[in-house]
Amino acid sequence: MSEKEWPLWEVFIRSKQGLDHKHCGSLHAPDAKMAIQMARDVYTRRNEGVSIWVVPSAAIAASDPDERESFVEPMADKIYRHPTFYRLPDELEHM
Amino acid sequence: MYTQSMDLPGQVQLAGDSPEEARFHARVEADAKIEPRDWMPEAYRRTLLRQISQHAHSEIVGMYPEGNWITRAPSLKRKAILIAKVQDEAGHGLYLYSAAETLGQSRDQMMAALNSGKAKYSSIFNYPTLTWADVGAIGWLVDGAAIMNQIPICRCSYGPYARAMIRVCKEESFHQRQGFDIMLALARGTPGQKSMAQDALDRWWWPCLMMFGPSDKESTHSAQSMRWKIKRVSNDELRQKFVDVTVPQAELLGLKVPDPGLEWNAERGHYDFGPIDWDEFWRVVNGDGPCNRERLAARVAAWEEGRWVREAALAYAHKKSRKEAA
Repeated sequence: MSEKEWPLWEVFIRSKQGLDHKHCGSLHAPDAKMAIQMARDVYTRRNEGVSIWVVPSAAIAASDPDERESFVEPMADKIYRHPTFYRLPDELEHM
Repeated sequence: MYTQSMDLPGQVQLAGDSPEEARFHARVEADAKIEPRDWMPEAYRRTLLRQISQHAHSEIVGMYPEGNWITRAPSLKRKAILIAKVQDEAGHGLYLYSAAETLGQSRDQMMAALNSGKAKYSSIFNYPTLTWADVGAIGWLVDGAAIMNQIPICRCSYGPYARAMIRVCKEESFHQRQGFDIMLALARGTPGQKSMAQDALDRWWWPCLMMFGPSDKESTHSAQSMRWKIKRVSNDELRQKFVDVTVPQAELLGLKVPDPGLEWNAERGHYDFGPIDWDEFWRVVNGDGPCNRERLAARVAAWEEGRWVREAALAYAHKKSRKEAA
């Protein structure tokens, strides 16, 4: 059998019940089950997580950093989306 | 552990004026992080790739000197601690290989570079661990030097490297403390144990000072690395800091630092210390230290003997996914 690398997996860890899974790194593993076991040993040796997701790195699609400006910029001038945009009378309560 | 400021060979070209390049420099200037898919100068990529992979190799080879004592640790407690420490080093190597891979080199390519002797790793791991006290000295001094080196890299301009370093630094402090704890037990033990601790300090002190890399005058890549914010503090500055914090620790242990030139300089507010044997440093870096061949042979054997496991695991995964598809 020819030498082939184990595929790359991205690892996401939920640090505490109730929190989001957060990306914490990547590793090589032959399959998902092994990837989860290895992620436990590589990324949670000190109780850093209660739950682990692994995703094949090849399955991740990402926005293009070169288009960051045109991609993100349209959001910047819509300041009326923020509650602080509105000037309200001082007497107004509970809003 | 363990990076060495090994700003060794490799061409560095100075920045041109292309718009991407200007944007890149502006971001680095502003302390923004560069991420894997962002445009970066080729020399920046190469410098990082070299440094991160050398750092990863150091973590991996670093397991050998300490692993040497796992079966002979003096108590079950010390043995459990040492196993955990060595396992951490493996983990550090893996974080760093992952970070290096984001720069476009495969894990196998990096392994091949290490196994062929082409890639460097920290010179410190080419020294032997002759007694149990060496395990203490490594934790205390080698990991101590590593922490000095690595804390500034947490602020490195390359995101994946900085994040890996933050994780590593969090774990490193246990390494240093367990080493100091070993030294303390020996230093407070029988005269025989104390002299064992002294002997370890005698052998590890100078190689540890060399871990910070060539002096600033000789360090060819430092200026560019500083500008790119890969490196944030100079070799000599870090080395001085290490001496300043470590000498009082040795005094606390009742051990003597093996340097007749060591003296507090009130004017500078630092310790003066004697000259480093740079011939020894270059000899060890270039493959002729006490254990270079042994370390490399152990790496190659581990790679070759593990081949069937890697292949079997992959074959099993393929078979299973074929079955699931059917």
